[in-house]
Amino acid sequence: MADTVLPQAGPVDPSGWTCPLPLRDHPRVVMGHGGGGALSAELVENVFLPAFGDGPVLAALGDSAVLDPGGARIAFSTDSFVVRPLFFPGGSIGDLAVNGTVNDLAMSGARAAWLSCAAILEEGVETALVARVAEAMGTAARRAGVQVVTGDTKVVEAGHGDGVYLNTAGIGLIPPGVDIRPQRARPGDTVLVSGEIGLHGVAIMSVREGLEFGVEIESDCAALGTLVDAMLAVTPDLHVLRDPTRGGLAASLHEIASAAGVGVTLQESAVPVPPPVANACAVLGLDPFYVANEGKLVAFVPREHTDAVLAAMRAHPLGAAAAVIGECVADHPGMVVARTAFGGTRVVDLPIGEQLPRIC
Amino acid sequence: MRYVTEFQDPELARGLVEDIRAAVTRPWALMEVCGGQTHTIIRHGIDQLLPEGVELIHGPGCPVCVTPLEVIDKALAIASRPGVIFCSFGDMLRVPGTDRDLFRVRGEGGDVRVVYSPLDALRIARDHPDREVVFFGIGFETTAPPNAMAVHQARRQGVRNFSTLISHVRVPPAIEAIMTSPDCRVQGFLAAGHVCSVMGTGEYPELAEKHRVPIVVTGFEPLDILEGVRRTVRQLERGEHTVDNAYPRAVPPGGNPAARAMLEDVFEVTDRAWRGIGVIPRSGWRLSPRYRDQDAEHRFDVTGIDTREPAECRSGEVLQGLLKPNECGAFGTVCTPRTPLGATMVSSEGACAAYYLYRRLGAPAPGAPAPAPVPSAVPSSAVPTPVEANPVG
Repeated sequence: MADTVLPQAGPVDPSGWTCPLPLRDHPRVVMGHGGGGALSAELVENVFLPAFGDGPVLAALGDSAVLDPGGARIAFSTDSFVVRPLFFPGGSIGDLAVNGTVNDLAMSGARAAWLSCAAILEEGVETALVARVAEAMGTAARRAGVQVVTGDTKVVEAGHGDGVYLNTAGIGLIPPGVDIRPQRARPGDTVLVSGEIGLHGVAIMSVREGLEFGVEIESDCAALGTLVDAMLAVTPDLHVLRDPTRGGLAASLHEIASAAGVGVTLQESAVPVPPPVANACAVLGLDPFYVANEGKLVAFVPREHTDAVLAAMRAHPLGAAAAVIGECVADHPGMVVARTAFGGTRVVDLPIGEQLPRIC
Repeated sequence: MRYVTEFQDPELARGLVEDIRAAVTRPWALMEVCGGQTHTIIRHGIDQLLPEGVELIHGPGCPVCVTPLEVIDKALAIASRPGVIFCSFGDMLRVPGTDRDLFRVRGEGGDVRVVYSPLDALRIARDHPDREVVFFGIGFETTAPPNAMAVHQARRQGVRNFSTLISHVRVPPAIEAIMTSPDCRVQGFLAAGHVCSVMGTGEYPELAEKHRVPIVVTGFEPLDILEGVRRTVRQLERGEHTVDNAYPRAVPPGGNPAARAMLEDVFEVTDRAWRGIGVIPRSGWRLSPRYRDQDAEHRFDVTGIDTREPAECRSGEVLQGLLKPNECGAFGTVCTPRTPLGATMVSSEGACAAYYLYRRLGAPAPGAPAPAPVPSAVPSSAVPTPVEANPVG
């Protein structure tokens, strides 16, 4: 047997190596980061765990998180986030991924307790960018009072993703006596919105398309759990809550009207639209009723509780500009109708897809 | 926003409505030329405020709606080609061609991009010298100057991979065609303010005199519309027929000389087909011969396309003011923004879309009888065309 010929010793150039490689300071995501091996573990240990904190449930790093809800009613929700750009005025995809699921839970009256985080990364994205996203998630989670307790990472080939996609699932506990769902909308309910609409959608459009509207418009991205707590403290008998994200206020109200078989009548001039949003929409030919929000809620409240709930909302920082914008009616079931400032009426329809800027 | 919110004041609107009520002694039918005005009227319920007898008829001024199906199909064919980046204003993407729209082309792998300006398309061409970049240049006198500028700049900068698919239309010949129709009911026009901000008001006195019809240049906010109605009704009641500028904050009498010079440099007047209406003589622009190599129709072979309009669509009558959208039997039933038969239901400035979006409560119940179709408002001499050969869209 011939002696094995060993390669010549010399300087090692790792740049041409392929995954999996146990490189701690990998400057860019490679396919191996999603391979479930050492690189995956490094990404979890060095990027995600420090960002999310070291709670005992997450630290166990099991395939699933084991939770002890103590016999409470549980709300469970999931959402995926594919926003571009990843960072925008007033937030980031990380903030959205946390707040979006926290808010979905809050709209059932549930206080979010635990979140999962699944990251789909594109080969070649900078690890430092992933770390910034993770840090934003961690900060948002701490602010919302929720723990990230489990997660997953996959990497797709370059050109098959948009840098970073995130999915979060969340579990929250619903207090006894709370039953909040679209089907509970009743004629006679008042319709409230927690603040000015359209900020998130216009903020994203302004950075995505390079449009400038004279003033910088920041996203309203926020977790609404504490605002819902404040409302429930007034009465557990909130009928419907909804966060008007994609499709905006119009889509949310339309969905509620359809689900409950009721009509909704809005007073158009009562809906708070900040002037920069109104101006941007006027320039682009968009309707602020259809523009996305990420830190607002719509509430259907029994008339007798309206004043107290409105006062509680206005006493909370996320509800300072809360307003009564309309009422739930028995007429025109399934439809939302706005009364214009001039005394006319118009149907507020469900959007088909994204709004398209008009030609002129 | 200065010069906008002041023109949305409900109190002032009430005053204008009172003035109109005081002035009106008999019924009048006025046409708002522009689709943007139609949407303001329907969205704010302006027509509901007017005294009975003052009827607003929706005109042909939606650039998306009047773009011929044949041009849409050409756009779809070009956008489907490998190596092409097809740039368009957003609201053209959902307009149905014969068998699909630009969204579908994008879903099938075509590189279709929404731009906010034709100069953005030119920038994309500079950034992708290895691709053919085509801009979809449609619209009235409002969008024609920036489209001309993009063509002019491409030539000046030596950007050889940039071309445009042009389907521009002009308002005055459309007014002429409407007024010479035997079915015409229009007694006064609210002219499109942004068109006049480019072209001025010089094209209108001859029309007003010839047809003895008042033409009031009108803006797009609720008070603009009411002021336009007030001035038009006053003229009608006095038996006058002059051109009046009720939008002086945006419209100088001579328009925008720089924009007009750009139009004259790049375009030449041509007969043009209007979707659902037919060819109107001298109603459009095309690239002048010296810019012909930047014409996408010349650069790409788009002949032999099988164009078929849905037979049940009556948007041509809507565009000519002969039919209200909710008087169409297909309205809100087989024809909705989700399943549009024609561009008037899908365009953000389309009259059918305005009625569907904002006025469905007043629509007839599904299956309610619709008025019988009426003949085209355009003189028959003007319509021996491929568009006329197909049913309206």
